[in-house]
Amino acid sequence: MSTPHPSRDPSALFSGPLAWTEDLTVRFGSRAVLDRVNVAVQPGEVVTLIGPNGAGKTTLVRAVLGLVAPDGGRVLRRPNLRIGYMPQRLSVDQTLPLTVRRFLALWRPVTADRVAAALEEAGVTRLADSAVQTISGGEMQRVLLARALLGEPDLLVLDEPDQAVDVHGQAELFNRIAQVRQRRGCGVLLVSHDLHTVMARTDRVVCLNAHVCCSGRPEDVSRHPEYHALFGGHARDLAVYVHHHDHAHAEDGKVVHDHDGDCCHG
Amino acid sequence: MDEFVIRALLAGGGIALLAGPLGSFVVWRRMAYFGDTLSHSALLGVTLGFLLGVNPMVGVMVVCVSLALALVALQRRRHLAADTLLGILSHGSLSLGLVALAFLETLRVDLMAYLFGDILSVTDGDLMAIYGGGAVALTGLALLWRRLLAVTVDEDLARVEGMPVDALRLAFMLLIALVIAIAMKIVGILLITSLLIIPAASARRFARTPEGMAALASVLGILAVVAGLLASLNWDLPGGPSVVVAAAALFLLGSLVPLRR
Repeated sequence: MSTPHPSRDPSALFSGPLAWTEDLTVRFGSRAVLDRVNVAVQPGEVVTLIGPNGAGKTTLVRAVLGLVAPDGGRVLRRPNLRIGYMPQRLSVDQTLPLTVRRFLALWRPVTADRVAAALEEAGVTRLADSAVQTISGGEMQRVLLARALLGEPDLLVLDEPDQAVDVHGQAELFNRIAQVRQRRGCGVLLVSHDLHTVMARTDRVVCLNAHVCCSGRPEDVSRHPEYHALFGGHARDLAVYVHHHDHAHAEDGKVVHDHDGDCCHG
Repeated sequence: MDEFVIRALLAGGGIALLAGPLGSFVVWRRMAYFGDTLSHSALLGVTLGFLLGVNPMVGVMVVCVSLALALVALQRRRHLAADTLLGILSHGSLSLGLVALAFLETLRVDLMAYLFGDILSVTDGDLMAIYGGGAVALTGLALLWRRLLAVTVDEDLARVEGMPVDALRLAFMLLIALVIAIAMKIVGILLITSLLIIPAASARRFARTPEGMAALASVLGILAVVAGLLASLNWDLPGGPSVVVAAAALFLLGSLVPLRR
């Protein structure tokens, strides 16, 4: 059970990343959903995963969370790392009478004051006594943010929060997360379909298509042809797109040559 | 009032009290059919108890838990849907129980009492089992309450928060098995699930919190036991089914009450 730690500082003794993968490979059947992926999140850094559908973004996040076991390689975390997870969506069965306030108190022993503070920080104080089934997708995302904050996270992990949220609500959510990062200095790992929304608030972008295609600062990645292939509405072309780096894709999307996964950096 | 009536009320009331919170979880976790499957296997447990010369309740616990574990193992293979597997295990184990019972020719068992309950023949020993087992089950449920709710809301979130999700699910199955073992005598194995889910379902509309729903389910269950037993005594009706009819009637009444929201 994740009891709150008395000190926020055991992780400050380490200077390396909060969480990282070493040649992480995950297979569903014979298909490698993740193929020797190396990704790291540093303290205070916002890392955004982009890539077409089926690129393994969600699987990578789930592996970092410990919800998917690696078939090869490793997932590593700092000792006692506290992860605040915001799932893609969450729907609570209609049969369960549950207010937002109560929902927030389910995950660890918390005081009413701390719940109130988390609601405030996520901007959803007015929803405290609403039934969780009656709030909108965007509101639920912010409630999930409040829930994650109650765990005093060192690392915030978000999976595609854009699906149930309109563009405006999405931008506001990312603003809030950016504020949280400023205030708390936690790292953020997020999955996004739309780089534009997160661009200004991201330190590093990792472009994933089973393997790491490229990674770097958002402005570098957005100038990269592959970014246009992905976000110019031609995501399907990715598999046959010829990268000007050290590997190519076979017809099934498999990588033909090895590479270090940082190919469009610098 | 006759002593056997008092014992019947105490027994039924104790079961209903326990069934309120546990039945609420059965409703929240959509496990009604699962509960049915476990209770149908109880007859096999009774037979096993007789064969091995142990208390039938122990036999019921053993068989229910084995069945729950078998189900978890079968679900991992994913070739068949959960309701199909439950149907196979439910009817397979009930029939196996009936067949095994028929083999015990020397034993004279009142089959109807096991299938539909025999609440008017509750003994002091039964009462002790109900209140002892009930106290254990309620204590266990209270200790696990918050975490079981968390797992019910979202298993992934609970896992990321470091909760032992599989152990919690197993503990919940054990609690259900315990309730089946001690409630068998009251409403019989064919009707136990109704005592779990009908009061909880009736309480849903009026509840704002999980605890409120569980408490109201207990109250409604006790009301159903009292009403059903009195009807049974007055008009010479079968006890267990009368209790279930009373619970269903309360459900209907409750769904007719207009709510201001």
